[in-house]
Amino acid sequence: MAEIMKMSILRYRPETDEKPVWQSYDVPYNHETSILDALGYIKDELDPTLSYRWSCRMAICGSCGMMVNGQPKLGCKAFLRDYAGGELKLEALANFPIERDLVVDMSDFIAKLESIKPYIITQEPRSLDDGCTTQTPKQMEQYKQFSMCINCGLCYAACPQYGLDNKFTGPAALALIHRYNNDTRDQGKAERMKFINEEAGVWGCTFVGNCSVVCPKGVDPAAAIQLGKVESAKDYVIQMFKPGE
Amino acid sequence: MKIIKTDVAVIGAGGAGLRAAIEVARTHPDLEVALISKVYPMRSHTVAAEGGAAGVAQDHDTFDNHFNDTVSGGDWLCEQDVVDFFVKAAPKELTQLEHWGCPWSRRPDGSVNVRRFGGMKIERTWFAADKSGFHILHTLFQTSIQYPTIKRFDEHFVLDLIVEDGQVKGVLALDIAAGEAKLIQAKSVIIATGGAGRIYRFNTNGGIVTGDGMALAYRHGVPLRDMEFVQYHPTGLPGTGILMTEGCRGEGGILTNKDGYRYLQDYGLGPETPVGEPKNKYMELGPRDRLSQCFWQEAQLGRTVEGPNGDYVYLDLTHLGKEFLHERLPFICELAKAYVGVDPVKEPIPVRPTVHYTMGGIETDGRCATSIKGLYAAGECSSVGLHGANRLGSNSLTEITVFGQVAGEEAAKNALEISHGDSQGLLDQAQASLAKYQAIKEFDGDEKVADIRRELGLTMEEGVGIYRTEEAMQATIDKLAELKDRYKRINLKDDSEVFNTEWLYAVELGYLIDVAQAMAHSAILRKESRGSHQRIDGFEKRDDENYLKHSLAFYQGDAQPKIDYSTVTITKSKPAERVYGAAADQQEADKKAADKLSAEEK
Repeated sequence: MAEIMKMSILRYRPETDEKPVWQSYDVPYNHETSILDALGYIKDELDPTLSYRWSCRMAICGSCGMMVNGQPKLGCKAFLRDYAGGELKLEALANFPIERDLVVDMSDFIAKLESIKPYIITQEPRSLDDGCTTQTPKQMEQYKQFSMCINCGLCYAACPQYGLDNKFTGPAALALIHRYNNDTRDQGKAERMKFINEEAGVWGCTFVGNCSVVCPKGVDPAAAIQLGKVESAKDYVIQMFKPGE
Repeated sequence: MKIIKTDVAVIGAGGAGLRAAIEVARTHPDLEVALISKVYPMRSHTVAAEGGAAGVAQDHDTFDNHFNDTVSGGDWLCEQDVVDFFVKAAPKELTQLEHWGCPWSRRPDGSVNVRRFGGMKIERTWFAADKSGFHILHTLFQTSIQYPTIKRFDEHFVLDLIVEDGQVKGVLALDIAAGEAKLIQAKSVIIATGGAGRIYRFNTNGGIVTGDGMALAYRHGVPLRDMEFVQYHPTGLPGTGILMTEGCRGEGGILTNKDGYRYLQDYGLGPETPVGEPKNKYMELGPRDRLSQCFWQEAQLGRTVEGPNGDYVYLDLTHLGKEFLHERLPFICELAKAYVGVDPVKEPIPVRPTVHYTMGGIETDGRCATSIKGLYAAGECSSVGLHGANRLGSNSLTEITVFGQVAGEEAAKNALEISHGDSQGLLDQAQASLAKYQAIKEFDGDEKVADIRRELGLTMEEGVGIYRTEEAMQATIDKLAELKDRYKRINLKDDSEVFNTEWLYAVELGYLIDVAQAMAHSAILRKESRGSHQRIDGFEKRDDENYLKHSLAFYQGDAQPKIDYSTVTITKSKPAERVYGAAADQQEADKKAADKLSAEEK
């Protein structure tokens, strides 16, 4: 614990602060210290009033998203060693309302995930007696990477479109549509197409691609959205020729 | 205080809680569910489970095999009728997850693949690469969204159960962001809050795993059963304790000491199997309690590697090759690189035993019912009788879904028979309870939550660790009493009502201390060695005559817990010597010969 890092954190306590204020802490660190570890040190040793979300500390629960020097990161997977010699500035995830300190209000993000029917839909119920569905590794490849999203919200913090207008369904939810639409076990694509086609759907995306850059799990929502545009265009043509509608 | 009336309240929205909620909603659309979690459901610690879920899946496997592995793995402290039910329900529940979209890893022909796991005679662990828990949790969460009768209370912290005349009537929950307390009046309540690994200093568990549900039930007089049995996972990363799944060894990984020697062969797990040819129940595929004990023995002999974060050994996967590792164990590769700077494709991973799982928990019957009417428990927080003195890897992911289903079914049944009573008495109770927890903010003293939590982790590691002695356990018991006393003098600085995590950490610390006491007191009175409870002070052997029984810890307020015992249900597996490696093959051959002989005599 030889090195010391100056960490500035944008604090906001709604009951006492009119607006967010910066507060600095000196934190000792070594090669293994993550930003989450550093926050733990501040909480335990320097200032117990600091609030932030965390749990697994192994980049799978998606709790500890925050802005690190302006970039959305998971606190548990960003390390002080990578900022040695400089300063660290932490803020709550961009594009979300701040609830307190590093805690943002995620409810809009959660509502968007819930809105797009993210579950297997079948015409007829499947019986357990029939056993498991057959799905080859190649068929799994069609959706597997889009099932890796940990719902951390970093892609929403990175998305300029969502920042401008939060009606945009956004990267994680659009990728989740793609995940279910491309699962051979699912028959709900027709029901989900409207979420893709609508203005807030894939067409809201201007293909900046930041979402895929910041994803800590290697998911490529930008690709899902571009594929969604192709699907949506096809769907549009099909609808044109559908009789009686 | 706001009153919300519901039919079934579920505390905890991890695998067990979600499965229970879905069961109620799916089978009884007329019943409403309040699904309450102190985090968003997908943050629940089910998310971090890696290796997989056990359920018979191959033609040459049988329910009896899974039963026998589980019962001997638990050193015969399992409820055998419960195990019997479990092994039969397992494949159905795992199939149900498949129908709901869980991306189980597949064979080239598109059927579900299974992998080897410790203590399992035949490969029967279903897996989704090495993110099985993550995929199960997200599958269940997303599936739950289609049921409008499931009303979620995300980021609501449960402070208390509301119990009247021996019957549960609801819960007191706090909306963390709003700082607003609510009485959620319910006809049935299911506790599904997970384990208590955060009691210990080094553990694989997330920060939220603080024994909340165990403490809630315990404080209301429900006994905690078999709490002395705490599982050390043999392969955690030094320092952080981050889990390196048993799947690493299932896929052929080996453990070596500082001399590159596969030391497990010296401890009844051999003979050594060739590298790249893992053999079920041999060597690295022995059970977790044994492997963690072997590490301790090696450390005593000075054959482990000294490191800044404690001794370690090597988990070597290098012979498995990049392509295979990236397909089967991608998360392990990611974690090892990020947290210890090791690429498992090229170098062995440093690992050491770290606290992982509580075999014990809230005592329930085989249908998840506790001693309080209307109160159920499922998953790691419960002791349904499945794991005995040591849990086999991959039985717990199956447990959350098998018994989540059962708890949901039973809670619904109970809710249909009951109507809501008058709310006023319950409200008074909730107000009084809230005032008690609010008072923590006003405690007079200068103790720090962080100090007490740190000392708790240390003393539990010292006294109630892999190997135990009366002297060390007594020292821990004394220390726990001291910590409990100091807890009354903690000084909190944060008086905000909005997302006041300092206060919630203090409440959690209270839970942790109570559950730790149940562990330590149950441990010191078990004068034998069984499963994960190993003594080196004259009680090195299993003692079926005196201790083939469950411990029950009863809460006594400020006084020390009272420990009682209950019988173990034995149906078809008489307690025998617990052996692995070649000794297990010999035992089985002897048994077959004896069975044949007795059949001939008849």
